[in-house]
Amino acid sequence: MREYWKAFVDFFVSLRLTVALLALSIVLIFWATLAQVQLGVWGVQAKFFQTFFVLAKIPGTQIPVPVFPGGYFIGGLLLINLVAAHINRFKFTWRKAGIQLTHIGLIILLIGELLTGLWQEEYQMRLDEGETKNYSESYRDNELAIIDTTKANYDDVVAIPDSRLDRGAEIQYPKLPFRVVVRDYYPNAALQMRSQVPNAPESLATAGIGPRIATTPLPLTYKQNERNLAAAYVELIGPEGTLGTWLVSTQLLMPQSFEYAGRTWALSLRFARNYKPFSLKLIDFSHDVYAGTDIPKNFSSRIKLTTVDGQDDREVLIYMNNPLRYAGLTFYQAGFDNDDRTTVLQVVHNPSWVLPYISCGLMSIGLLLQFGLSLVGFNRKHRAAA
Amino acid sequence: MKKHIPLIVLLVGGAWLVSTLFPRKQVSEFDLAGFGRIPVLVNGRIKPMDTVARGTLLQLQGRQRVTLPDKGQLSPIAWLATVYFESGLSDDYRTLEISHPDVLALFNLKPTDGDGKKRFSFNQLKAELPELQRQSTLAQQIETQQRSPFQRAVVQLHLNVARYQELKHSLVMPDTEDFLGELLRFQAIVPMGIEALRAKQRGEDYAEDVFGAMIAMGQRYDAMATGSTLRPIPPVGENGDPNSWLTTGQALLETFSNGSINTTALAYAGLAHAWRNNQPEQFNKIIDLYRAELHKRYADILKKTDTEVRFNAAQPFYTSMELYVVAFLLAIFSWLKWPHVLGRSAFWLIVLAFVATTAGIVTRMWLEGRPPVTNLYSSALFVGWGAVLLCLILESIYKNGIGSVAAGAVGFCTLLIAHHLSLSGDTLEMMRAVLDSNFWLATHVVVVATGYAATFLAGFLALIYIGRGLFTTTLDKATADSLARMVYGIVCFATLFSLVGTVLGGIWADQSWGRFWGWDPKENGALIIVLWNAIILHARWGGLVKQRGLMCLAVFGNIVTSWSWFGTNMLGVGLHSYGFMEAAFWWLLAFVISQLAIIAVANLPLEKWRSFRTVGN
Repeated sequence: MREYWKAFVDFFVSLRLTVALLALSIVLIFWATLAQVQLGVWGVQAKFFQTFFVLAKIPGTQIPVPVFPGGYFIGGLLLINLVAAHINRFKFTWRKAGIQLTHIGLIILLIGELLTGLWQEEYQMRLDEGETKNYSESYRDNELAIIDTTKANYDDVVAIPDSRLDRGAEIQYPKLPFRVVVRDYYPNAALQMRSQVPNAPESLATAGIGPRIATTPLPLTYKQNERNLAAAYVELIGPEGTLGTWLVSTQLLMPQSFEYAGRTWALSLRFARNYKPFSLKLIDFSHDVYAGTDIPKNFSSRIKLTTVDGQDDREVLIYMNNPLRYAGLTFYQAGFDNDDRTTVLQVVHNPSWVLPYISCGLMSIGLLLQFGLSLVGFNRKHRAAA
Repeated sequence: MKKHIPLIVLLVGGAWLVSTLFPRKQVSEFDLAGFGRIPVLVNGRIKPMDTVARGTLLQLQGRQRVTLPDKGQLSPIAWLATVYFESGLSDDYRTLEISHPDVLALFNLKPTDGDGKKRFSFNQLKAELPELQRQSTLAQQIETQQRSPFQRAVVQLHLNVARYQELKHSLVMPDTEDFLGELLRFQAIVPMGIEALRAKQRGEDYAEDVFGAMIAMGQRYDAMATGSTLRPIPPVGENGDPNSWLTTGQALLETFSNGSINTTALAYAGLAHAWRNNQPEQFNKIIDLYRAELHKRYADILKKTDTEVRFNAAQPFYTSMELYVVAFLLAIFSWLKWPHVLGRSAFWLIVLAFVATTAGIVTRMWLEGRPPVTNLYSSALFVGWGAVLLCLILESIYKNGIGSVAAGAVGFCTLLIAHHLSLSGDTLEMMRAVLDSNFWLATHVVVVATGYAATFLAGFLALIYIGRGLFTTTLDKATADSLARMVYGIVCFATLFSLVGTVLGGIWADQSWGRFWGWDPKENGALIIVLWNAIILHARWGGLVKQRGLMCLAVFGNIVTSWSWFGTNMLGVGLHSYGFMEAAFWWLLAFVISQLAIIAVANLPLEKWRSFRTVGN
């Protein structure tokens, strides 16, 4: 038993394992870099890094099989290997201190990347000049919003995340006097006026704008500058029977409204929203170019920041390499649109952002210590030899 | 005598280096050097005419020299003056490079019709320009990366012809013999023309001929204003805003609003007049007057443009390339004969070349007001510079010629790469907004480039080990051990710099894009270098590799680094990509294959190694 335990420990603390894992990670990263041309940066992260195994389908079938260890697998083993080796061999000497510090930094970096993968949320906020918003929108997730707009001074919103919108799903919620039944759901689809597509199949929709529109499912896109535009057919069923089936899509910007049970409702599929206790108003967006060229020199957004409680009411300037950090969120200048009248801000929530900084410091000190000491030692030996 | 040879080599090399700083004597009576120093705003940067001439020629034909139809030669600035002022002549100069046979077929040309079998004149292409335009429009409908070599060649040629045409319309209208006379007439009729316009607006009789002539001229200058992006006209008052520089056409159109013709535009017309009528004194006088006028307002700009002209003429990087080659050869020979004398000579030549590249890089930094690495071109300069610096340190410790050989080879290769990268245009281009942060350019980019330099150097030292061990008997145990120590030390250094540089890059990304790590190809490439260096170190510490294994791993480091440096740019995706370089792709592939071949050869059994066989005996 003892030999097995020793063999087990030896395996996990061995340098061979380290080298093998490093080599595997190089292959994984190289492969992922090449795959990015097809899959885009998000697709690659999901397929190669935020997974235990890279899956590939058996040719001609839809059956996925693991073909290569993924990021979690390699990173996790590397972490075990590092920690185990240090516990097993730990003995403080000045000669080893540099290497140990470097590896502690590395452990923090790996943990930081794991936490970032788990916790980081990215949203975007599009603002036209003069527009005020108190929410940001998801890059990838959508939600079905069912809004009670009866009251003039507030809306009552029920938002259903798109992860619940599978074909056939039924959703019942106390605030809604009807059930929501998803008749069909397309993660990416093109919409056209039915009159332009003469031989389109009959629409599932019976209410709203849906009957006049033809929907064509599209393959998912992974390109960095494109996003998937989802569409769904949802039927609302009250106690006395169906209210009708609506077509909803992130391409239909206006919510569709209807009356039921003496109340006015609006229905829309929209980019998932994240509301904040403060609002941003775009005062001015500017896009400078170098004289006589179209090479961008700077993008900047002058923003008015206002909180609900009135504690903050000030102007801020967001530009390249100078984001706004506020309330645990960071707002970066990510893009622009609409002939320079719309700014696109990236909104990031990453509670573990500080770990890479700590890790960077530790590793730099560690490596400097290690190589500095070896250099001194080398010099002494060289002098002695000469 | 023999022991003085290194000193003599140093003195001769130094004298040669200094001589490049002094301008060569002018052959023309026209003050072309003065003309070359005139500032002009192109692509967002104020630069001397001399840089415009050299940059355009590199872009059009891949070299700066112009061969005349009568086999004579023209300096870049003389060529540019001819294009500006007497394009009837320059239309016959063969300066447009075409190498794709199908593109030649478009023009019914054979390679033998061209200078050097690939350079053709504007007049040779003129008849088929509409067809070129059509083909180029067709090709441009396809995404850049998907274009075939023919489509790329067509688009490039179309751009080059447009660039040439643009130059012709930059200072004067090329279609008239006497532009100065035209401008003076324009000056005279503008007041009358405006009077006629007012009369016309009032519904009264007006001088139709004067009005018509004024409108016709206005249309000509409008065509000039839209036909050129070159802005040679500085603002009239003291004005630091580069946006106020104008094209000649725009400046002439301003005559309508302020009644008098812009003096700089007149000066250019005067230069054209003097040039065409072969009046060098007049030409030189206008240049002197214009320069004196500029000096009152733009002394700072002139200081920079003058330095840039001096820098262009001295060509410190070409000079260094030559020095590196000589030093490399001397150092190689030092392993066979006279190790001390030749070794020292090589060392001092490397020092000279290093001084010249340092001066060149510092001058570029001053001109641009930026840290050393701002684009792929300057990264090549800097990687070479850093590697040579490390070699100089190694050589002054070990004094065995190895550092000099590596310095000569790496210095030469990186400058050669830089030369090829410079063919795509101005190497002092303006920074795009995303990268516009001197702090991060000075830290992250410089540290990463140093990491590249060190990883490459370790690979080159390993190549020396393998080459000497396999094919010569000069790799004795002491040399082999010292090479192994060098490679190990440099790999440690490379690990430090590539790791710190990569993490700094992550912090920059966190600061400006909101994520520490985004799996961008360039980031991945840098990470692979760190991982590879870590593999080398761990494999050595764990005893998984001995000396030869270490060398093979270091050679593979060359592949890893070249992938990160260039390969990732060829993917054409990601925030860091600078452009697709299809020709470079084949060179990269060839380099990778060569390194793999060397690794394979290095794994031959020891008895095939000439050095070790001898040791064994």
